[in-house]
Amino acid sequence: MNNLKKNKLIDSTFKIVGMLFTSLGILILIILLYNIIRAGYTRINWNFLISLPSRKPDIAGVYTAIIGTLDLMLLTIIFAIPVGVGAGIYLEEYSKKSKLSTILEINIANLAGVPSIIYGLLGLGIFVRFFGFGGSILSGSLTLSLLILPIIIVATREAIKAVPPSLKEASFALGASKWQTIQKVVLPSSFGGILTGIILSLSRAIGETAPLIVVGAMAYVPFVPHSIFDTFSVLPMQIFTWTTRPQAGFAIAAAGAIIVLLFITFIMNGIAVYFRNKWQKKLQ
Amino acid sequence: MKIKEKTIEVILKFCASITILTTIGILAVLLFESISFFKNVSIIEFFTDTKWTPLFSEKHFGILSLVSGTFLTAAIAIAVALPIGLSIAIYLNMYAPKSFRKTLKPFLEILAAIPTVVYGFFALTIVTPFLQTIYPDLETFNSLSAGIVMGIMIIPFISSLSEDALYAVPKSLKLAAFGMGSTRFQTSFKVMVPAASSGIIVSIILAISRAIGETMIVAIAAGQQAQFTLNPTIPIQTITSYIVQVSMGDAPQGSIEYKTIFAAGLTLFLFTFTLNSISFWIKKKYQEKYE
Repeated sequence: MNNLKKNKLIDSTFKIVGMLFTSLGILILIILLYNIIRAGYTRINWNFLISLPSRKPDIAGVYTAIIGTLDLMLLTIIFAIPVGVGAGIYLEEYSKKSKLSTILEINIANLAGVPSIIYGLLGLGIFVRFFGFGGSILSGSLTLSLLILPIIIVATREAIKAVPPSLKEASFALGASKWQTIQKVVLPSSFGGILTGIILSLSRAIGETAPLIVVGAMAYVPFVPHSIFDTFSVLPMQIFTWTTRPQAGFAIAAAGAIIVLLFITFIMNGIAVYFRNKWQKKLQ
Repeated sequence: MKIKEKTIEVILKFCASITILTTIGILAVLLFESISFFKNVSIIEFFTDTKWTPLFSEKHFGILSLVSGTFLTAAIAIAVALPIGLSIAIYLNMYAPKSFRKTLKPFLEILAAIPTVVYGFFALTIVTPFLQTIYPDLETFNSLSAGIVMGIMIIPFISSLSEDALYAVPKSLKLAAFGMGSTRFQTSFKVMVPAASSGIIVSIILAISRAIGETMIVAIAAGQQAQFTLNPTIPIQTITSYIVQVSMGDAPQGSIEYKTIFAAGLTLFLFTFTLNSISFWIKKKYQEKYE
């Protein structure tokens, strides 16, 4: 009987430990958000968003960083989405069980695990130096595109896999060609899943700092870029440079910029979750 | 019609092969610059010297001090994330009500969606000052704070992936253990965790690989002094934060400083590649077992 009591005690102790750790995870999230908002909320106003960076922390704003982030994301969308979705379609619909597809699969799994800073070195070697694009928006967005490609490919494949085969067979039975079936049946019914993956991959790209530092994002950009060959800064880069400054005013500005960045990240994740739920309901 | 179909297939195939080109590109860039680096620096010095000072006038190229910094922070991160992440996974799978699991899992995954530069800020401005109230000798830049925050960041990797692995264990195993009169704790650690061990190990390896490659937290909070040490209270430098340091300055192309980041990058790539390959291999084996 003593043994039974002991076992029950261990059992209920672990239940409490598990509960504590789970709430600890949530609690840390709350502490992080609370401290950042407390440190930075004074800077959140319209002026902060439309001011240029400055050597004086109180008047420094995130305008060029936000524009840089938007430019970079726009180009990344243009490069990464067609290639990622195309590769996903190819792997799922065209190259099943061939030797090439096994190689592609292992390769993509490996790319997904390559640290982001290595992509920065790739971008530095290929886009900045070899193609001579310099530390430009173009180099930055090409680098980020390669970085998020595995995420988009995996999401596209998962979404296509979830399309019921009966739909495809019905389309083939009506005499539709392979591409017609993909275009008219497979893509529309996997759209929600693909979109979710794309948004999540972009939300990852928006927060990336390390590869862009290596590619040559600037710590201080006092003007708005005019072409894709201009130098640039992005929000995370601005946060990084302000965080590493010794003056206390810059820590406040950094917290303000973090609020802006987290706001964008959370909105994107929220939209992704919304689409995923809607799409999963539709599938059922 | 036939031509159109064929053209589309070729275009799609090209999209897929860009991923192969990416891998070739990574290897080519890293190897090309590293080979030219090792023409100037002996490979023996690279692996045995314990000083790393390429940016000083007296140059030393011992990668060991960067490697020790990298593994020190990663070890601290895993020491934080493994017990917490695994406990969360077991709790959500075995103890918590179903509705808990459904709502808490996405909540915890928010921790993985936060940009790492934000964690760096958190480590430097909140965690380090807090740790200094407990241990006043802690320096402003240290691997302890960076490692702990990195651990927080990778909790969801371990908790979510391990929970998935536990979830995939056939229900009959769990029910049999309960039927024998085991408590949930006994069932968890004697039946479920061993049955899901390959999935759990994969999650841990991926978490280690993630911690080794993590950049911004260490670049902000761990300092920029390459030291061959296991002391978590002093500034160190990791492979990744060294690459950031050189990139923030302007090392001219072709200079030895410029080449060091590729040699360091190649070292990092070899570590993560090995870890990822092991996890991929385990995953393949495990899938075969259950299908």
